[in-house]
Amino acid sequence: MTTAEKYVTAAYCAVFAIVLVYVLIIALKVQRLEREVDELAGRAAAREPEPDERREPAVVG
Amino acid sequence: MSPGRAQLTPVAPRSRISLPALAAASLVLVTLALVLVFFVVPNDADQGFSQRIFYFHVSIAITAYACFGLGAWKALVHLWKRDPHADLESYVAVHQGVIFGSLVLITGSTWAKISWGHWWLWSEDQLVLFLVLFLFYAAYFMLRYSVDPGPQRANFSAVYALFGVVLIPVSFMAIRLAKQAIHPVVFTRHGPNFGGWILVTYCVAQVAMLVLAYTLYRVELAGKRVDARVRELKEVLA
Repeated sequence: MTTAEKYVTAAYCAVFAIVLVYVLIIALKVQRLEREVDELAGRAAAREPEPDERREPAVVG
Repeated sequence: MSPGRAQLTPVAPRSRISLPALAAASLVLVTLALVLVFFVVPNDADQGFSQRIFYFHVSIAITAYACFGLGAWKALVHLWKRDPHADLESYVAVHQGVIFGSLVLITGSTWAKISWGHWWLWSEDQLVLFLVLFLFYAAYFMLRYSVDPGPQRANFSAVYALFGVVLIPVSFMAIRLAKQAIHPVVFTRHGPNFGGWILVTYCVAQVAMLVLAYTLYRVELAGKRVDARVRELKEVLA
């Protein structure tokens, strides 16, 4: 492998590595968001309905 | 909604092109560009193998300009129409521009080392002006995060992003206006200085980089929007 070939390969590898690091950062962020959404879902499920939010069962038909 | 609770921002309109389709297109185009660069296009008569950096270096540079341009356009939309989504879109576009800008500097320095024997030449206007453009937009984040979230931060960021766009034509034209330059000029007023497989490969690489940048822009924007929505919901449910 010549010096030019080594440099060109290194440049393309650097581009690939930076894009990969970016994808990794986004993946970590998505993981965090997933945890936060689960936490919100748990909070929403545990929440008591307010009096005006309660509905009387209605007969349909 | 009861008084005192946080307001939810309106949902952003959905794009016509789906994210998986964009990601697949990026993968296919980048792979095709790499195959053309390393297996199809012939060696340059003057620079030999090292000229193969050109295909990604130039397309990444033009993509970085496009990202900064998009950031400025979204900033203008924010200031002009008060679009509630434009500030975040401008921020993400500038962020993409800085990422692609760093790739331009890395690939450019590597090419300079092979061709000129130096990683960097301060006497080259094209290099220095691109660095100025890159640092200007890198400072955008310092400004943005030094102001508390809200309309003031959005306005400051938008004005800054809009000012930066002036540097794009200056950076692009620098090499054409310089009397003595060793940085090659590939696009003249008569068109590109190349043809055949070199032109085909360059065009594929350019489209690949633009599609890749747009895909990453959409991915980051989706993440930022979900993040903002989660914060709002946390306030509502608190």
